[in-house]
Amino acid sequence: MKSCFGKVFFTAIVMAFAVSIMPCTGSAADTIKLGIAGAHSGDLASYGIPSVNAAKLVVKDINAKGGILGSEVVLLVEDDVCKPEVATNTATKLLSNGVDIVMGHICSGATRAALGIYKSENIICMSPSATNPPLTQSGEYPNFYRTIASDDAQARLEVDFALDVLKAGKIAVLHDKGDYGKGLAEFAKSFIEKDPRAEVVLYEGVTPGAVDYSAVVQKIKHSKADTVIFGGYHPEASKIVMQMRKKRMKTCFISDDGVKDDTFIKVAGKYAEGVYATGPKDTSSNPLAIAATEAHKKTYGTDPGAFFLNAYAATQALLNAIEKAGSTDYNAVSKALKTEYVETPLGKIKFDNKGDAIGIGFSIYQVQSGRYVEVK
Amino acid sequence: MDYFLELFLGGLTRGSIYALIALGYTMVYGIIELINFAHGEIYMIGAFTALIVISVLTLMGMNTIAILVIAGVVAVIYSSAYGYTVEKIAYKPLRNAPRLSALISAIGMSLFLQNYVRLAQTPNFLSFPNLIPDFEFIKPYAHIIGSTEIVILITTAVVMVLLTILIKFTNTGKAMRATSQDKTMAMLVGINVNRIISITFVAGSATAAIGGVLIASHIGMINFYIGFMVGIKAFVAAVLGGIGSIPGAVLGGFILGWTESFATGYVSSDYEDVFAFLFLVLILIFRPAGILGRSGKHEI
Repeated sequence: MKSCFGKVFFTAIVMAFAVSIMPCTGSAADTIKLGIAGAHSGDLASYGIPSVNAAKLVVKDINAKGGILGSEVVLLVEDDVCKPEVATNTATKLLSNGVDIVMGHICSGATRAALGIYKSENIICMSPSATNPPLTQSGEYPNFYRTIASDDAQARLEVDFALDVLKAGKIAVLHDKGDYGKGLAEFAKSFIEKDPRAEVVLYEGVTPGAVDYSAVVQKIKHSKADTVIFGGYHPEASKIVMQMRKKRMKTCFISDDGVKDDTFIKVAGKYAEGVYATGPKDTSSNPLAIAATEAHKKTYGTDPGAFFLNAYAATQALLNAIEKAGSTDYNAVSKALKTEYVETPLGKIKFDNKGDAIGIGFSIYQVQSGRYVEVK
Repeated sequence: MDYFLELFLGGLTRGSIYALIALGYTMVYGIIELINFAHGEIYMIGAFTALIVISVLTLMGMNTIAILVIAGVVAVIYSSAYGYTVEKIAYKPLRNAPRLSALISAIGMSLFLQNYVRLAQTPNFLSFPNLIPDFEFIKPYAHIIGSTEIVILITTAVVMVLLTILIKFTNTGKAMRATSQDKTMAMLVGINVNRIISITFVAGSATAAIGGVLIASHIGMINFYIGFMVGIKAFVAAVLGGIGSIPGAVLGGFILGWTESFATGYVSSDYEDVFAFLFLVLILIFRPAGILGRSGKHEI
């Protein structure tokens, strides 16, 4: 691996030449290497594949227009199967292939594992989906940005919805013990405890991949909870919901954007009806979002999956920042991300000092006749 | 009291799931002293086969009971063929090799089958239809136990009894017991040892396939990875009950199911696995051969 000093020095020389010899265009004929990392296979592939498709579409458009700063953008796609231990290898591989900037990773745990490696090499990393709050709020990773709101915003919305709209009094909070699910559940629990209208009657972690969850479901019933808030992903959520409904329980089920995925509806079928999930704000009226979705349908023949628009926006934001910065230099691109607004399918966004996108939020959705419908 | 009963029945269902799979582990171990790690994958292949058959038959518009029976039969045949082939390819050439080699071969086979299904089918979760209709008489108790759970319980009991009869009272069973005691002597008295071993693998795979169909129907979803966790837990159940013993596998399954269910119900589901394995360690300290196992000179 090249040392950090060498890279900055090299970039500085290239810049100096670029400024003195070719004042208008950047260094030509080189390529900009955009790394795409995330879960592209395995249980959670349905979250990662849309991000690859989004990046391909954006890059195709940009290259058709002559690329960025005169260079073609090439994609380096690497799979981390959403596992932290694999993500470090993924990151190392991207770096040894000379990646300039990374769009990914998909899962919070994997993102955190990879971030340290990117940080030591001054590589900017932007996730379309990693919502774990400390990733930005801890200030530990100045190289990290995201085009999705963090979990505490999501937990806040879930709790407000349960209390204000569903009028819940007894809430069971469950999670899958993962970085993402447990983080969200902890926020939800602390928000409920601060509110006198409701109490947490059960707070538990379930084992992901267990054969069944009948004991936990019995426990929910025993706790007399009227609402369940679950932090985690759809495989566990669908098992829990199905067993609850088979046991004739009508308890409301609220979950997160890990569940706001069509795979959840496909697997849980009729049992999914009525389940609430938070997800990125509905952008279906945004013309850029409509165009991006159309392009996906035309190229891949299907509706785009989860986080497609977030990934689309992330790719645009990264490439736009490189263009505005005039290079792939770490400091220049960081500055551009924080100062320059960019038009994306999610709306007009830029990033705050911690790396969270300004202008992005969550909505509540409910499964109604086999589809997620936004609840006003 | 109701709560206790619900946890008890939940544990019983989960335990019989483990037991159905554990039967295959224990039979194979009883005959050739091999821990067949690919057994969980045979179960997964059974569930996938059933799902494919079900999708086709549902399109043709058959009624559910017929679909369940046909899917079950096809899954049993297909999985048995896999079990037979796995034995011939991965274990038979290693029969006289050190035991560790066969164990590594089994782990390799397990990974191969997992990834083969992932590539040939899909890495995603698939929805598995509920094939067992809600029985009328169970309706008032549906909040405690469902009809699928009852079918799983009964099937486990029936399979256990049939296997015990097979081993204790038939000529094949006699040959199996002879083979497990001493392969060379069994050959000398005219037993076709290769055939007996094949029959064991086929019988074990058939129970795994039945388990696959019922459990997938109970849980409602499958993917290529379902065999792994169930396989590990079933293996634990088989060891707990005394590996090599048929009633032991069932008892071990129930004990594991109850431990997990009560640990979740009265302590916390965070500690489900901790309690399950703590219990395993405790039992093995006091009865190293498992609850119903005979202690002898065998070692893994």
